[in-house]
Amino acid sequence: MKLFRAFKSTAEGVRRGLAKTHDRIARGLGKALSIRRRIDEELCEELEEAMIEADIGVQTTMQIVDDIREAWSEGEIDDTAELKEYLKEELKRMLGEADVAIRMADEPPTVILVAGVNGSGKTTSIAKLAKHFRDEGKKVLLAASDTFRAAAVEQLEIWSERLGVDIVKHQTGADPGAVTYDALDAALARQSDVLIVDTAGRLHTKKNLMEELGKIRRVIQRRIPSAPHEVILVLDATTGQNAIKQAQLFNEAIDVTGLFLAKLDGTAKGGIVVAIKNEIDIPVKFIGVGEQPEDIEPFDADKFVEAMIG
Amino acid sequence: MFETISNALENVFSGFRKKGKLTEKNIKEGMRDIRMALLEADVSYKVARSFVKSCTEKAVGQEVIKSIQPTQQIVKIVHDELINLMGEADTTLPAKDGSRPGVIMLLGLQGSGKTTTAGKLAHLARRKGRKPMLVAADVQRPAGVKQLQLLGEQIDVPVFTEDFTPPRICKMAVKFAQKEGCDLVILDTAGRLHIDEALMGELEEIANKVKPDQRLLVANAMTGQDAIQSADEFNRKLGIDGVILTMLDGDARGGAALSIRAVTGKPIKFVGVGEKIDNLEEFHPDRLAGRILGMGDVVSLVEKAQETVDKEKAIEFQKKIQKATFTLDDMLEQFQQLKRMGPLSDLLGKIPGIGNMIGDEEIDESEFARVEAIIQSMTIEERLHPEIIDGRRRLRISSGSGTDVQEVNALLKDFKQMKKMIKKGAKGKGGGFPAGLPLR
Repeated sequence: MKLFRAFKSTAEGVRRGLAKTHDRIARGLGKALSIRRRIDEELCEELEEAMIEADIGVQTTMQIVDDIREAWSEGEIDDTAELKEYLKEELKRMLGEADVAIRMADEPPTVILVAGVNGSGKTTSIAKLAKHFRDEGKKVLLAASDTFRAAAVEQLEIWSERLGVDIVKHQTGADPGAVTYDALDAALARQSDVLIVDTAGRLHTKKNLMEELGKIRRVIQRRIPSAPHEVILVLDATTGQNAIKQAQLFNEAIDVTGLFLAKLDGTAKGGIVVAIKNEIDIPVKFIGVGEQPEDIEPFDADKFVEAMIG
Repeated sequence: MFETISNALENVFSGFRKKGKLTEKNIKEGMRDIRMALLEADVSYKVARSFVKSCTEKAVGQEVIKSIQPTQQIVKIVHDELINLMGEADTTLPAKDGSRPGVIMLLGLQGSGKTTTAGKLAHLARRKGRKPMLVAADVQRPAGVKQLQLLGEQIDVPVFTEDFTPPRICKMAVKFAQKEGCDLVILDTAGRLHIDEALMGELEEIANKVKPDQRLLVANAMTGQDAIQSADEFNRKLGIDGVILTMLDGDARGGAALSIRAVTGKPIKFVGVGEKIDNLEEFHPDRLAGRILGMGDVVSLVEKAQETVDKEKAIEFQKKIQKATFTLDDMLEQFQQLKRMGPLSDLLGKIPGIGNMIGDEEIDESEFARVEAIIQSMTIEERLHPEIIDGRRRLRISSGSGTDVQEVNALLKDFKQMKKMIKKGAKGKGGGFPAGLPLR
C-alpha cells in the first residue's frame, strides 16, 4: 500500500506542479493541436511559439519543428493527432530514460553535494531532500557549507530543527571546505546514512567561486573516495536560456549528476530541461512543486511530457 | 546559435554589400536573425515578434537600401529601437513628503534577490545623503529577517523588525522611521508566486495601508519566457512603478528586461551587478540594448576610444603594423593609452565575446604594471631590437624592473609571437590586424 500511495502522490504532485505548465502550453499547443486538422506552415509556427514560450529553447525548438516539417513533407505525419504523438515521442526521446534513482553509497554515508546560482532555491530544495530521505527512515546530516550569504547558516539550521535532522555548522565567513570536512567526519562518526552539503549560491561565470566549489568537491572525495555520490544542480524553473550555460559550467566544475528543478509550481514551464538533457545530457532527478518540504517529486519524463502536451 | 547578432547579420548581408543593393526581402531575412537573437536572449516570443515587425517597417522606410554598410545600419536601427523601447532611465528615490519619509516597497518572486537588493538600495541611498531605514517584512522565509538584520549591521543602517503580520510591521515601521528622523523607508517583502492569491492579497494590504511612493519589482536577469507573465501579474494586482534587474553580473543576456518593460511600461531603475553591497548601479538603456543584441558595449567603447587615442598616433601605429615594424616601445605606448581609458576590467567587459569570458576578479591589473616596468627597464636599443637581449641583459632588466627573469622571458616570447601574427595579418589582408593584448 505504501508503494501505491507513493505512486499516487507522485502523480498528483507532478499534476499539481505542472497544472500551470499544462494550462499554458495547452493554450498554445491546445489551440494548435486540439482540433483535428491538416498540418500546415501556420501550425508549425504556432507550435514553435508554444515551445519557445515553454523555455524549451530556440535551438531545440527549431530542431524539433524542423524534424516535424521533414516528417510532414515525407508524408510520415499528416494531421494534428499524428503530430501530437510524434511530438510526445520526440520530447520523451530527448529527455531520455528517467534516471531518477539516487546513487546510494555501498557503505554509508551517501554524500550529496548541492549547488546552484543565487536564489535558485538550494536551501529549500535541501530541506525537501532531507525530508525525503528522513521519511525513508534514513539518518540525515546537513552540512551548512554556505558560509557566505548573510543568515544562510541560520536558514538551514531552522530547517534542521523543523525536520529533526542533524546539522554541522561553523560561523558565517568560515572556510566552506573546512565545514564540509567536519561534516564528513561527523557523518562517519555518527553513522549517518545521507550527508547533504549545502553550498553558497554563485554565478557560474565567477571563476574563482567555481574553483572554490571544485575544492569542496575534492575535499569530499579525499575523505571518502567514492563520494560525492550525487552532485545536484538546483535550477529555478523560471530560468531561461541561461540555464544551459549554468549547467555547462557547473558541470565542468563539479561533474553534475542530476538537476533539481525548483519552483515548478508557478507559471514557468521549465522546458529548458529538455535543452539541457539534449545538449549536455544531464537528467532531471527531482522537481520542486511547492514551498513545503513535502513538495518534492522524483522526475518522470513521461508525465512531464504528457502534462506539457496533454 | 549566433555569438553576436552582428555576426549573424554579416552572413545575411555579406553577399550584398558589394553589389550595394538591398531589397525588402533581404531586410526581412536579416530581421529573422534578429528575432532569433532576441529569443535566445529570452525576450518574450510575442514581444520579439512585434518588436521585429516595427523595426522592419522602420528599416524599409529608411534609406537603408542605399547605404554603404547595411549591416551596421540595421543593427543601429534595432539598437536605437531597443533603447527607445526601454525608455528613459529614471533613478530617482522618493523624497520626504512633509514629515513623512519616502517609502519604497520591494516586490518579487522568491530568489529574485529582494533582500540583498534592499541592503544595496539602502547603501546607495545613504551615499546620496539620505537617511534610510530597512524594514524586515519577510517573515515567511526561515531567517529572512536575520539576513536583513545582518545586512543592516554591515552598512550601519537601522533595520525595523517586529513580530507582527507584515502589513502591521510596515505601518509601524513608517511611523517609527518618522520619529527617528529617517527620510527613506525600504520595505523588504516576502518572495512569492504571482499566482498565489493569498500572498498577493497580503501585499495589496501592505500597499493599501502604507501607500508606498514607489513599488519596485525586483526581477532576475536570468528569467526566461515567464518574465512577462509574472511582471504582468504583479503590475495588474499591485501597480508597479519601476523595476530593479538583478544578477546582471552573470552572462544572461537579460532579454527578460525588455519583456517586463514592454508589458508593464515601467522604467528599469537600477541593476544589480555583483554580490557586494555597492554593486547596485543606475540603469543605462544603451548598455542593456547592446547586451541583448550580443554587441557588448560597443558604442560607448568606440566613443571612449575616440576621446582618448590621439588620431595621429593611431595612424602612425597603423602604418607600423602594416609594415610590421612594431616595437616594444609601441607596445608600451598602447598600454599607456589603454590605461587612460579606464580600469582594464571595465574596458574588456565591453568588448563582445570577452565580456562574458572574464569574471570580475580575474584581471590582474598589476600584471600590466609589471609589463610596463619591464619595458621601461630596457635600453632604447633593446626596445627596438629585442633580439639582442641575451641572458645577461635579461638579468639586468629583471632586477631593474623588480620582476623575475621568467617574466621577462615570457614577455619577449609573447612579443615575438604577436609580431609574427601581425606580420601574417599584414601580408594577408594588407594590415589592419589590431594589437593583441598579451593575455595569457
